[in-house]
Amino acid sequence: MKNSNQRPIWQKTLLGTATSVAMASVGVMGMAATASAEESFKLGFVTFLSGGASGPFGVPAAQGAEIVIKAINEGSLPAPYNTKGVNGLTLESVVVDEAGGPTKQVEEYRNLVQRQDVDAVIGYISSGDCLAIGPVAEEMKMFTIAFDCGTSRLFQEIEDPQYMFRTGLDAVADNVGAARYLAETRPDAVRIAGIQQNYAWGQDSWQDFTLAMAQLMPEAEIVNNQTPQLFQGSYSTEISALQTQRPDIVHSSMWGGDMESFTAQANVRGLLSQATAILTTGESGLHRFDGQAPNGTILGGRGPFGGFMPENDLSEWFTKAYVAEHGTPPSYPASKAAQAVLALKFAADSSGAEGVPSSEQLAAALKGAEFESVSGTVRMALAGGHQALQPMSYGEYHFENGEAELRNVRSYSGECVSAPDGYNAQQWIKEGFPGVDCN
Amino acid sequence: MLTVWAILIDGFIYASWLFLVAAGLTVIYGVMRILNMAHGSLYALGAYAAASALGWYYSGGGENLAMAFAIIAASAILIGALTGLAIERGILKLMYGRDEILMLLITFAVLLILEDVMKLIWGTTPYFAYQPYAALGRINIDVLTVSRYDLLVLVVSVVIGVGLWFWLERTKIGKILRSIIHDREVSEAMGVNVRRMFTITFMIGATLGAIAGGITAPIISVVPGLGIEVIVLAFAVVVTGGLGSITGAAVGAVIVGLARATSIHTMPELELFIIYAVMAGVLIFRPHGLFGQVIARKI
Amino acid sequence: MILGKSEIALIGAAVAIALASLVVPNWLVFTATLAISTALVVMGVVMLMRAGLVSFGQGLFYCLGGYAVGLGGRYLGITDALLLIVLGVAVTVGVAMILGLLVTRYREIFFAMLSLAFSMILYGLLVKSHGLGSTDGFGVVDWTILGFSPGSGESSSRTALLLALGLALGIALFLNRYFRSSLGLACEAIRENEVRVEYMGVSRKQVLYINYVIAAAVGSIGGSMTALAAGHVDPTMAYWTISGEFVFIAILGGTGHVAAPFIAALIFTLVRTYAIELAPNAWQMILGIVLLLIILFLPKGIWSLFTRKKGVAS
Repeated sequence: MKNSNQRPIWQKTLLGTATSVAMASVGVMGMAATASAEESFKLGFVTFLSGGASGPFGVPAAQGAEIVIKAINEGSLPAPYNTKGVNGLTLESVVVDEAGGPTKQVEEYRNLVQRQDVDAVIGYISSGDCLAIGPVAEEMKMFTIAFDCGTSRLFQEIEDPQYMFRTGLDAVADNVGAARYLAETRPDAVRIAGIQQNYAWGQDSWQDFTLAMAQLMPEAEIVNNQTPQLFQGSYSTEISALQTQRPDIVHSSMWGGDMESFTAQANVRGLLSQATAILTTGESGLHRFDGQAPNGTILGGRGPFGGFMPENDLSEWFTKAYVAEHGTPPSYPASKAAQAVLALKFAADSSGAEGVPSSEQLAAALKGAEFESVSGTVRMALAGGHQALQPMSYGEYHFENGEAELRNVRSYSGECVSAPDGYNAQQWIKEGFPGVDCN
Repeated sequence: MLTVWAILIDGFIYASWLFLVAAGLTVIYGVMRILNMAHGSLYALGAYAAASALGWYYSGGGENLAMAFAIIAASAILIGALTGLAIERGILKLMYGRDEILMLLITFAVLLILEDVMKLIWGTTPYFAYQPYAALGRINIDVLTVSRYDLLVLVVSVVIGVGLWFWLERTKIGKILRSIIHDREVSEAMGVNVRRMFTITFMIGATLGAIAGGITAPIISVVPGLGIEVIVLAFAVVVTGGLGSITGAAVGAVIVGLARATSIHTMPELELFIIYAVMAGVLIFRPHGLFGQVIARKI
Repeated sequence: MILGKSEIALIGAAVAIALASLVVPNWLVFTATLAISTALVVMGVVMLMRAGLVSFGQGLFYCLGGYAVGLGGRYLGITDALLLIVLGVAVTVGVAMILGLLVTRYREIFFAMLSLAFSMILYGLLVKSHGLGSTDGFGVVDWTILGFSPGSGESSSRTALLLALGLALGIALFLNRYFRSSLGLACEAIRENEVRVEYMGVSRKQVLYINYVIAAAVGSIGGSMTALAAGHVDPTMAYWTISGEFVFIAILGGTGHVAAPFIAALIFTLVRTYAIELAPNAWQMILGIVLLLIILFLPKGIWSLFTRKKGVAS
C-alpha cells in the first residue's frame, strides 16, 4: 500500500522530466536537420493532398509544380529559364498537405520555416489559409507565393506587404470577367440565377458577380441563388428550385467535383437546355466533361491558364511535358502552380545573390517585376507590386467527335477586370469601374 | 402549387437517398450498440468500387444498361461485405466489451485508415461514371423534370427498407437479432451465438452502406473525403428517427428530406441549419428520437 | 494553503516548460502553445466524461472563445489579452447557462448529438456572416498584456506560451481540487449510477449543470488562447470534426489526472505534425493506427502508463 502510493509521485516527476527531455530532443533533431542545407534551395510547397479539393486542384497543382521543378534542375526549360537550378542551386521541395483549416496551416507553416528550414514557400488554394498565412509570412519574414487562392482581402489585410506575393488574379476578376462576357455575348438574357457552394468563396463570387451585373447588364433580373453545401454531390433539389424560376443564365462558382456533378445533373435534368451555365472555374472540367456539359456552356479558367494558356514556348513545353507525364493536358491549377515556381526561379535568378538568396533579395527581385510564364508575360502590378495583373478569359465549351475545345474565347485585359490599387474591389464595381481600361 | 409539388417530389427523392445511407448505421447500432463512424467510409468505398467498375465496363465498349446495374450491385456488395468482414474480424473482435464511446473512437480510427487506403488505391482524381444516370434520362412535368435515375433510387430504397423489415420481423435470424437487441445476456444464455450474429450484422450493415455509395456513384463525381460528408447527415437522421429502429430511420429520412426541400425552394439561405434544427427540435420533445426505446436507468 | 503532491508536480512541470521554452526552437514553442490551448478544451471534455457525458460539440465553446478575441479586438478595440479572454469566458458562460438547462437532461449519444447540433448551428451562423469573412474568417489584432506589447516574431510566441502556461497551470490547479471536491466526486458518482446519487439527496441536475458550465468556460479559454497564438479565427473551430478531435485527445490521455490532457495533446500534435512531414499522403492512416494501438494496449489512456501499478496493488 505504501509502495503503491509512492510510485505515482516519482512517476509524475519522471513524467515531467520525460516531457522536457522529449521536447528538448525534438528540438535538437530540428536543429540537426538544418545543418546540411548548403548546396540546395529548399522550397516548401503546400497544397491539398487529401479531401475534396485534392483531386481537381491540389494534386494537379503538385504535379504541375513537380514537372517544372524537375525541368529546372535538369536545365531543360525553354528560354529565358534555360539555366540549371535556381540561381545555380538545386531546387529541392517539401510537399505539405493543406487540409485541416487555417490554424493548423499556421502551425505547419511555422514548422516549414523553423523546423524544415525552407528558403521559400509556395502554396495555398484555400482563401482562409491564405488570409491566415499572410500576416505570419510577414512576421516571419519568409518569401511566400500564394499560387491559387482567390480572396480579394489578402492584400487588404496586410498593410504594406513585404514578403507575401500572389502570382494569380483574385476572384473579383473572375466575376467581373464573367459579367463582361455575358454582356457581350448574351445581351438579351433577362433572368439570371446562381448556384454557389455555401462558404466564403461562393458568397464572395456571387456578390461580385451580381454587383458587376448591376453595372453591365442593368436590365437583367436576379431571380434565385442556391447555396448547397460544399461537397454535397447531389443537386437534385437545387436543380428543381432553379427550374421553377425559369432562368436564362445560371452562374456558378462551384469548383472541382461539385462543379462537374452539378453540370452533369443539370444537363440530364434539362436545366441546361433552358438556361446557359457560366462556370467561373469550369476549365478544370474541360477535358473531363466528356460531353456531359452541353455545347455552349461558358467556362472560365481564373485567368490565362489551362486551356486558355496563350501559345508561347513555355506553355507549349509545359503542355507537352504534362501530357507526357499524366496523359491529359494541364488544367488551370497545374498551370498556376507552374507559374508560381517560374516566378520563384525568376526571382532567384535575378536576385543577384551569391548562394542561397535571402527572402529580402527574392522579394526585391519579384516586386513589381515582369516575368515570362506559361500564361504569357506576367506583370506584378497590383498590391504595390505583390500581385499579378493578368487578363481574364472566358470561352464556350464544344465537344465533337470525342474532342473538347474552347470556342468564342474572349480575353479582357487585367486593367479591365481588376480594381486598381487603393480601391476596395466591391467599391470599385459599385462606382462603375473608375479607371477601367478595356482595350 | 408548382412549388408544393416540387417540394414533395424532391423531398421524397432526397429522403430515399438518406434512408439508404442511414439504414446500415441503424442496423449495426440496434444489434451491436456500436455507432459506426466508418459507415461513411463504406459509403465512399462502395462509390469508388462502383465508379471504377463502371468506368472499366464502359471503356471496354459496354453499353448494356442492365449489365451496368448488375455491375454496380455486384461491386458494392462485394466490397461492402469483404470490408465489413475485415473490420469486424480484424479490429472490432478484439475490442468487444469496451465502453460504447471507446467503440465509437475505434470506428473513428478505422475511418481515418480507410480514408487513406482509398486514396492509395484510387488516387485523388475524381471518378465520373455518369453513363447510367445519363442513359435513363428524365420525365418532364410542366417546367419541372425528374431524373429517372432518382426515381430508381427511390424504388431501391423502398425495396431495401421493406426487405430489412421483413428480415428482422419475419425470419429466424431476424428473431434472434431482436432477442439480442432486447437482452443480449439472456439470448446468449439461451444458446445464441452472439459473436456470429455480430459478424453477420456488421457485414450486412457495411454492405448497406456500400450499396448506398454504389448507387449514388453515377449521380456524383466520386472524390476523396466523400464519406466524411455523409456521416453526420446519417447520424442526424438516425438520431432523429430513434437509434436502432428501421422505421425510425425511414421516418427520420422523410422528415429531414421534406424539411430540406421546403427550405431550398422557399428559403435557400436556411438550408445549412435545417437538418440540425430538425434534430434538435425532435430531441427536445422526444429525448430518444421518434422511435427510440427508452432504456431503464440502472439503480 | 498546503500544496498537494500533484500540485507541486504540476507547478514543477510548468516551470520546467517555461524554462525549456528559452532553449527549444521557436516552432516547438508555437506547437506547445497550441497543444496547451487544445488541452484546455480537452479538459472540458474530460470533465464531462467524468460525469459520463461525451460532448461532440465542445467546439462551440472553443469557437466562442476564439471569436470573442477576434471580435473584441476588431470592434470593441480591446487589445489586452486577459481582457479578451475574460470577454470570451463571459459570453461562453452566458451561452452555456442557457444551453445547459436543456442538454444536461440528456445522456449518451443524445447528449453527444445535441451538443453537436448546437455547435453546427453556430458554424452555420458564422458561415452565413459574410461581414465576418464567412469561412475565411479574419485576423486577430495585435494584442498586449497588462500594458506590455509582446511585439512580433520569437518574443511574441514565447509570451503567448507563457500566458497559456500560466492560465493552464491555474486551471489545472483549480480542477485538481475540483475533481476531489464534493461536486467533482458527485460527477463520478453520477457516471456510475445517477439514481443512487439522487437517493443520497444530491441534485444530479444541479451538479451536471455546474459541471457543464465550468467545462464550457475552460473550453472558451482554450479557444481564446488558440486565436491569440495563431492570429486568425474562422468557423472551422465550431465544425464537428474539431470537436471529434477533442474527444480523440481526451480518450488518448484518459480521465485519470488533470495532467493527462496536456500530455495527450502534445503527443497528438507531435504525432500529427511528424506524420504530415514523413507521409504527407498517409498521415491520417498513421494517426488512425496510433489511435487503435493506444485503445488496444492502453484502454484507459496514456495516463494509465503512470498509474498501472497502483491499480494492481489496490
